Amino acid sequence: MTDPFLLEIKDLHATVEGKEILRGVSLQVRTGEVHAVMGPNGSGKSTLAQVLAGHPAYKVTGGSVRYDGKDLLELEPEARAREGMFLAFQYPVAIRGITNSYFLRSAVNAIRKHKGEPELDPLDFLQVLEDKLKAIGWDDSFMNRAVNEGFSGGEKKRNEILQLAVLEPRLAILDETDSGLDIDALKTVAQAVNMLRSPLRSFVVVTHYQRLLNYIVPDYVHVLAEGRIVKSGGKELALTLEEKGYDWVKPEGAAVS
Amino acid sequence: MTSIEAQVLQPYKYGFVTDIESESVPPGLSEDVIRLISAKKGEPEWMLDWRLKAYRHWLTMTEPTWANVKYGPIDYQAISYYAAPKQRPKVESLDQVDPKLLETFEKLGIPIAEQKRLAGVAVDAVFDSVSVATTFRAELAKFGVIFCPISEAIREHPDLVRQYLGTVVPTNDNYFAALNSAVFTDGSFAFIPKGVRCPLELSTYFRINASSTGQFERTLIIAEEGSHVSYLEGCSAPTRDENQLHAAVVELVALDNAQIKYSTIQNWYPGDEEGKGGIYNFVTKRGACRGRNSKISWTQVETGSAITWKYPGCLLQGDGSIGEFYSVAVTNHRQQADTGTKMIHIGKNTKSTIVSKGISAGHGQNTYRGLVKIMKGAEGARNYSQCDSMLIGDQCGAHTFPYIDVRNSSAIMEHEASTSKIGEDQIFYCKQRGLSAEDAVSMIVNGFCKEVFKELPMEFAVEAQNLLGISLEGSVG
Repeated sequence: MTDPFLLEIKDLHATVEGKEILRGVSLQVRTGEVHAVMGPNGSGKSTLAQVLAGHPAYKVTGGSVRYDGKDLLELEPEARAREGMFLAFQYPVAIRGITNSYFLRSAVNAIRKHKGEPELDPLDFLQVLEDKLKAIGWDDSFMNRAVNEGFSGGEKKRNEILQLAVLEPRLAILDETDSGLDIDALKTVAQAVNMLRSPLRSFVVVTHYQRLLNYIVPDYVHVLAEGRIVKSGGKELALTLEEKGYDWVKPEGAAVS
Repeated sequence: MTSIEAQVLQPYKYGFVTDIESESVPPGLSEDVIRLISAKKGEPEWMLDWRLKAYRHWLTMTEPTWANVKYGPIDYQAISYYAAPKQRPKVESLDQVDPKLLETFEKLGIPIAEQKRLAGVAVDAVFDSVSVATTFRAELAKFGVIFCPISEAIREHPDLVRQYLGTVVPTNDNYFAALNSAVFTDGSFAFIPKGVRCPLELSTYFRINASSTGQFERTLIIAEEGSHVSYLEGCSAPTRDENQLHAAVVELVALDNAQIKYSTIQNWYPGDEEGKGGIYNFVTKRGACRGRNSKISWTQVETGSAITWKYPGCLLQGDGSIGEFYSVAVTNHRQQADTGTKMIHIGKNTKSTIVSKGISAGHGQNTYRGLVKIMKGAEGARNYSQCDSMLIGDQCGAHTFPYIDVRNSSAIMEHEASTSKIGEDQIFYCKQRGLSAEDAVSMIVNGFCKEVFKELPMEFAVEAQNLLGISLEGSVG
């Protein structure tokens, strides 16, 4: 029997440096759905993204996460990635001396190997890369630069989305992809994300501001406060939040997922 | 131990011992021992005198203590200064070489048997104190290139040896150079005549096998006017609890418009995780750019040895001459390295480039020590130095001592330095893209070393990358 949900988070608790940040998060995502997770600073949004990807600094202290029928928390971070989970980082890391295209090809081949598919040689990969770039309407100007080295904030975020396009995950988590972007860069990134939406791919979009959701329109919106989801609704919830501010949801306290 | 360090402990791959009967002189150093070594090598009188002079000077010297390394006192009387595998005194062809020796080098990835030779590379294989085989000699001779063990060069080409030996690194240069001058046993000699571009890469592989011995090799490379040569040395030793001393001297001479590219892949036994055993690698390497527009380029990948004390340098004497130093030094576990270069600008419009990459993991201590000296007459000298350190884990150390001494105001000096840390975040980023921790580290480290690796001859660049992968394997989790 298959799970009805691609991702099912139940009563998730997590700490960082002994401090409890997630205090019982529950969330269900079906294949093809786009969920936005919003919340004020310090509410635990980024922690949720990092915990799902398996960052070693975060310790899960309770609850469960099932992903594609498996116990996600049992999997190493690289295994989660190979099983199709992708995190677009809020602060992508630079790797000097390694070109973007070499890095991406290594990642693609690690995933292909996991699936039992033959690895791509540099020429084959170049073709794949060109197709992907064309699909999202970008040029290859930073493929031969070192990974995120000397990239502007906007270039880093674009690079994350390009990786998303090439790695073709089943679940993409975008961690504050809009932060630090001007409106033009935001539109470019959002357009690319929209082109990558598919009935076979789910998104969890973590953001502080509603403005990203004008361009990436979610199916569901959840509000995270003090480590719990305190309100869930359709896309209009984001607009209400924009109007009333986060204080509006805070007093409710309990989870309403 | 952080999770980054948790995976260390890849055993040293080259630690096997070859079971071969060997003859060695009893431990201890005296004029008699030096006479014995000289006699075993069938040396002329002048060579013995040269050695004895060096020895007498050595007795007046004291071991240097300024390096940023710690080790107990070395008992120079407990070392055997000569060890050689027993075999027929004169080997006419490779068929007569003990198959165990051929096998040893084969196992190390240095095939010297006729049918398996590396294409495009002539190899001199040195086992303990003697050279056991040198490949492609006849082919090289057609071009006038001499490539042979130095012991043989002393007998066969005494005039050349006498003209150059000790002119770049004098016998009294430093404590270990003086010791080497007194007791050196084998090493390689290469002579590239005027106008010849050496058709093959020249390479020497040094293997220490016998216990309680030191290896004291001596290498001399002479590139005449307008000639070019690329030379590579590799080395390894068995896993042993004791420390073994390796004190080599390398001298390079480049005449007008000549170019020498000298690459080292140093993989002596580094000792175990607690720092027990390992080679003390105390080496003096120097090149003299004697001619106008000559060029000497040092590239080193240092992954082995318990302690490394090594500063390959260039004397830029000829106007317009160029010196280069590209280095990757790795210290893992309890390894200590104090290494760098000396660039002495003497001629006009001389240029030097220094790119040093230090990587420390475990409890490793890595020191860059460099001197750039611009002499009074060196009009228009230029130097560019870049020293980058990478730390893996939080128990290791990186240190930088760049000395600059400028006596001519027309000099242009540039110095860049950086220290970075492979952090959990970098590894996590790679893992989140599906890469294993090992692949992530190897990628990050190789990216860090890229500017140096691209200087290595093609055939060895891959080997260097793999070696780096092995010596750091497990240092990140």
